[in-house]
Amino acid sequence: MAGTSTADTKVHPSEAEGVAREPLVLNDRPMSWITDRICGIVENRQPFIWWVLFVPAAMLFGLLMGTLVYLVSTGVGVWGNNQPVAWGWAIVNFVFWIGIGHAGTLISAILFLTRQKWRTSVNRAAEAMTLIAVMCAGIYPGFHVGRFWMVWFLAPVPNANAIWQNFKSPLLWDVFAVSTYFLISVIFWYIGLIPDLATLRDRATKKIPKFLYGFFALGWRSGNRQWRHYEMAYLLLAALSTPLVLSVHSVVSFDFATSVVPGWHTTIFPPYFVAGAIFGGFAMVLTLMLPVRKLYGLEDLFTHKHIDNMSKIILLTGTIVGYAYIMELFISFYGANKFETDAFHLRILSGPYTWAYYCMFFCNVIAPQIFWFQWARHNLWVVFIVANFVNFGMWFERFVIIPTTLARDFLPGQWGYYSPSLTEKLMFAGTFGMFFMLFLLFIRFLPVIAMSEVKGVLPQSDPHFPDWKKLREKRRQADS
Amino acid sequence: MGNIFPRWTNLLAIKVLLCAGALGTCVVAVAWYSWTPKYTRVGYMPQQPIPFDHSLHAGQLGMDCRYCHSFVENSPHSNVPTAQVCWNCHGPGKVKSDSPKLEPLRKAMDENYEGYTGEPIEWVQIHKVPDYAYFNHSVHVNRGVSCVECHGKVNEMPVVYHAKSLSMSWCLDCHRNPESALRPLDQITNLDWTPDDLDPDEFYAYVAGKTGENAEDLKKGDEGKEWGQELIGAHLQMAWDVHPPQDCAACHR
Repeated sequence: MAGTSTADTKVHPSEAEGVAREPLVLNDRPMSWITDRICGIVENRQPFIWWVLFVPAAMLFGLLMGTLVYLVSTGVGVWGNNQPVAWGWAIVNFVFWIGIGHAGTLISAILFLTRQKWRTSVNRAAEAMTLIAVMCAGIYPGFHVGRFWMVWFLAPVPNANAIWQNFKSPLLWDVFAVSTYFLISVIFWYIGLIPDLATLRDRATKKIPKFLYGFFALGWRSGNRQWRHYEMAYLLLAALSTPLVLSVHSVVSFDFATSVVPGWHTTIFPPYFVAGAIFGGFAMVLTLMLPVRKLYGLEDLFTHKHIDNMSKIILLTGTIVGYAYIMELFISFYGANKFETDAFHLRILSGPYTWAYYCMFFCNVIAPQIFWFQWARHNLWVVFIVANFVNFGMWFERFVIIPTTLARDFLPGQWGYYSPSLTEKLMFAGTFGMFFMLFLLFIRFLPVIAMSEVKGVLPQSDPHFPDWKKLREKRRQADS
Repeated sequence: MGNIFPRWTNLLAIKVLLCAGALGTCVVAVAWYSWTPKYTRVGYMPQQPIPFDHSLHAGQLGMDCRYCHSFVENSPHSNVPTAQVCWNCHGPGKVKSDSPKLEPLRKAMDENYEGYTGEPIEWVQIHKVPDYAYFNHSVHVNRGVSCVECHGKVNEMPVVYHAKSLSMSWCLDCHRNPESALRPLDQITNLDWTPDDLDPDEFYAYVAGKTGENAEDLKKGDEGKEWGQELIGAHLQMAWDVHPPQDCAACHR
């Protein structure tokens, strides 16, 4: 028949254009390979290096708990912040961790809506990273209030004290922005996990994993109707989370921008913060995923194409951040506001923290420029090192914004110098312990790559896949 | 390994969620009622070392509060009377001086009494504001807030108890609407006072004298308004320029 003969010789659209798209999964891996490889991470014993990383991380987490107990039992005076620098490392670290959390939603929501298929190998881990980072972030403002047991005052609950929240304050918007973000991210992440949890349930051989994966899989049977509802729910959640990518860090930037302190009071803050957050978030995703990829043999799923794309996003957002840095300086000069000019003069030339500014500028603006070169984006060591420069630089960005500004207020009589106390340093190390510990536990117990979604972007999932006969023949030969 | 979840588990999640919701509502309802000062403080009636009867002294005998709580007008802290004050009336040969109920007083004051120690009577504090809240008695009493507003009708209490909640929202109720509690200064310790005890003409004359307005104009302006606490309080607030602070630092310094 004419119909069948044309179907056999039909050219795949990507080839018709003359440019073969790089496949998202290399080596023509079948679906079963993906299932085995990803589930294997959970089902098999962890490599020795997992323990080498987990034990110190858990110890640092213990240290975090210790410092928190010390803090609560003694009082926030154990931190180094005081007048004039009332926001020390606590808020620096809060903004740092919240910023890191942004890549997860960007990858899972915005790249989903824009149909970037490469997101499928990255989104699960990035979302997990988001949740963990937001948890780490939440610790700081929670304890920064001084009396941790009074933290419920942040919520507008009717109470016998007639305390009502100041809805004009961006600090309160922050509470809502961050808690909404966490809630939506958890739901989104969990909904995405359900089909994979069902896979793990079906493969489980022991009673407890069977029960737990089965419990959380909510009776998923991969039926047609279930998939239809599921995909609609996922799409709606993606649409709901998309504005959050922009809103959360905008609101965090309002904490600074709506004040009248020179150095904070700028309209460029929201877009600059959002770009910075995505920048830092992608760097952290790469920092985590490059070792994971190597350790668990996921090179065929998390390919050079993914790393290349993410490096390009880092280059783009890093350049936006650089533009913002330079624009801040330009406006402080061009705006001719004396205090503004002084604030930036102190920040970059004569203040006590100029070293931090140049540290930040090099890490965030200069270092990522190497990603203009393809060889750099394809050299994993270069990518890893630049990603860590960015992690470092983004922390310094927040440090530059907060203590630098507060230490040099309007009146020279109020000037001061801030340096963190030992408790603050140990606590920051402790949140890193918590971050890595929870991420390692995530790798240990949950599928690190969204299996069902990766399978959906395989060429053989395309109902019009032209070469399926060829592929089947190739597999048969390979098997025999 | 086969499916370990039997069919009835399909609805289990919904049932558990419903129960959790009901339980949560109960917890909130119970906490709302029983964790507030309205429940935890009001009605507190400890036994005192001497069963001093306020309804007898301040009620039937008509003693002024300030006879015993003598510094209330001058001091942030309203004092509990020393044993010397009791001794004024209950000393040797005076009122009921050998009543066994007054034994702690004799221990404190009577040098000839066999159990004499000279130690003060250990009254049990009933109304206690937390250390982080600064309450100034004299400021309130000198600006027309009667004892009864916070302590209830002590002149009718045989045993004094905690009558009002003294919660922060309760303080703020009055700080936001001071007219609800202001009365003429000479009636502060008259716990049975009502607005009807006040002569309107005298009152308007007093207010007019304070504000420099015309008493008749004031009276005309109030035509059609109900004579009562709100009206009197509003005029007194104007006359005395009362602006109760509502910022945190007013009480939490």
